[in-house]
Amino acid sequence: MMDHDTIPVLAHDLVKRFGDFVAVDHINLEARTGEVVGFLGPNGSGKSTTIRMLCGLLRPSAGQALVAGFDVAREPEQVRRRIGYMSQKFSLYNDLQVIENIRFFAGMYDVPASVLHERTEWVLDMAGLAGRESTITGTLPGGWKQRLALGCAVLHRPSILFLDEPTSGVDPISRRRFWELIHAMAAEGVTVLVTTHYMDEAEYCNRLVLIFQGRIVASGSPTELKQQAMAGELLLIECDQLGPALDLLQQVPEARHVALFGKALHVVVPDAQTGIPRLRTALSAHGIAVSRIEPIRASLEDVFVSLTAQLSGQRT
Amino acid sequence: MRLHRLIAVIRKETLQIRRDLASLLITVTMPLLLMLAFGYGVRFDVKHIPVYVYDRAGNQQSQDFLKHFQASEYFRIVKAVDDYPALIQALDSGACRLAIVIPVDFSEQLGAGGPVAVQALVDATDNNTANISLSYSEAVVQSYNQRLRLDWSHRHGLRTVPSPLSVDIRTWFNENLESTANIVPGVIAIIMAVIGSFLTSLTVAREWERGTMEQLVSTPITPLELMIGKLVPYFVIGLVDTALCAAVAIRWFEVPFRGQWTVLFLSCTLFLIVVLSLGYVISVVAKSQLAASQAALIATFLPAFLLSGFLYPVDQMPAATQLITYLIPARYFMTILRDVFLKGTSLPFLMDDLLALALFAAILTILATRVFRKKLA
Repeated sequence: MMDHDTIPVLAHDLVKRFGDFVAVDHINLEARTGEVVGFLGPNGSGKSTTIRMLCGLLRPSAGQALVAGFDVAREPEQVRRRIGYMSQKFSLYNDLQVIENIRFFAGMYDVPASVLHERTEWVLDMAGLAGRESTITGTLPGGWKQRLALGCAVLHRPSILFLDEPTSGVDPISRRRFWELIHAMAAEGVTVLVTTHYMDEAEYCNRLVLIFQGRIVASGSPTELKQQAMAGELLLIECDQLGPALDLLQQVPEARHVALFGKALHVVVPDAQTGIPRLRTALSAHGIAVSRIEPIRASLEDVFVSLTAQLSGQRT
Repeated sequence: MRLHRLIAVIRKETLQIRRDLASLLITVTMPLLLMLAFGYGVRFDVKHIPVYVYDRAGNQQSQDFLKHFQASEYFRIVKAVDDYPALIQALDSGACRLAIVIPVDFSEQLGAGGPVAVQALVDATDNNTANISLSYSEAVVQSYNQRLRLDWSHRHGLRTVPSPLSVDIRTWFNENLESTANIVPGVIAIIMAVIGSFLTSLTVAREWERGTMEQLVSTPITPLELMIGKLVPYFVIGLVDTALCAAVAIRWFEVPFRGQWTVLFLSCTLFLIVVLSLGYVISVVAKSQLAASQAALIATFLPAFLLSGFLYPVDQMPAATQLITYLIPARYFMTILRDVFLKGTSLPFLMDDLLALALFAAILTILATRVFRKKLA
């Protein structure tokens, strides 16, 4: 199949234009064997377009991508044989039974008859669908459908897996279960590229790639990202008038990236020591009572908001 | 091409067709309904033309003359009226298509050796029917003349002189000159063109609409496997439909079948491949079920109806139109069907038409594999 030294996914200056619109703008990417790489970014940032190019479903406008060592533009069929792909929208046949979908995709991937039974059992077991073989797929709950879709995408035991928002619209318990499956596969050496906009899910990834307006704006492990991306320290402020406080803090030069998080504000300042007293005075000068102000550890969401805010500011 | 994948596609399509009972029912009942609708609805025969008469003579001889009209199956005397305005009104309202006026001095003039002019007023809005009713009227008058002459000769003790020249007519292939015999085989061609392309026009567009195409193109399936896999189940349905139509034609409409079944089967196979591939190409291009099915209907029904020789013989069309008909696969199939059914023409004489169909089949299947791209945009 694949050499041990081949990098499973390698993209170099990948570009995709739709007319004048640049959906993917010079993306460089690398995923190593057994890695779970998460693609994070708002809707329309180019995550799905990138994954579709890597699967050979869209032709890159410029740049190059090698998947399992094959050029996605020139040898898409070689790529397709070695990957599993799960699209954003559920795209198995709703009018077929569970087992019929499995058999169909086993046929598509040319799974040999000798292992067909074993693979089918494995997928049914993995997806928790044993005993539901003859259920019409369309009547399954969302989480079950997603597990079946994953099962159908791995029937041929691909070494690389592309999952495009696999858990959107799925309840939290099913999501957790789904991620357990992904990790189990990664542990067996499968390289997984997954897009999501659930921040809690991003924590499950070995490495994250943040995409914004078609560009990679940051990448690294979740921990690295939290350390690097926040230029300064993050403060949590709880006060009585959130709206006015937000407006006010946006005027304070020291307070970078003010954002509303639930019933509190998150504010980035260059230094917490000097920042806390200054913000406190600014707020109380306007009659806003501060009940709590303290440094906190940044979450991925903070990193994400902070980065996208910086970039939107730069670009507009 | 992998047999494994091909079989998987065929099985999947078959399962989907079986699960969609409503559509399956349509594919079987629609050809039968169309067969009956066309078989009964389209007639080129002119029979029982409604006639009004204004008998100004009103004696036994004029009545005798009118009986000749009544006796012919081409005319049906609806009413006798007493003045011109009533006749004109009947023609205006469409109550009759032909009005006959017998002059007051009908018998006197005949007795004096004629000639007598009997007036015929014809509604010529439909020029075809008008022409036919005029020539039928002339034939009726002709035969009446014949009888008068015989009577006259007989009365004067003369031997009848036989007419020196006569035409001995023998109609071949459609002995009773029934237009159903001509129409019904043609209807089979139209139905197959419409149903065949309709069936496949939905198949690829549906995958795009339901989003299943994205998963499908991410697999190693080849365009050829997809096309053959999708066409095979519909080919079987198409053959069943054809058999049903042929059975209705022969059993119900009593169209003679004089040719070889193998020739019928061969031509149907080729024509089905043509229309199924055409529907598939349309489906790939349109990407929407509604647009695809409408395009398929227009692309097959109109040419098959107007330009195939179904309505008018191709050699009677204007020269430019005749050239266009060479591009209409239904034209060749129409010829083959009529020849196989009525003439019993054997394979060697139909070779040209079969080769033309084969050529279309080849072009369209190649196009069908080429037009499909395993890309999303």
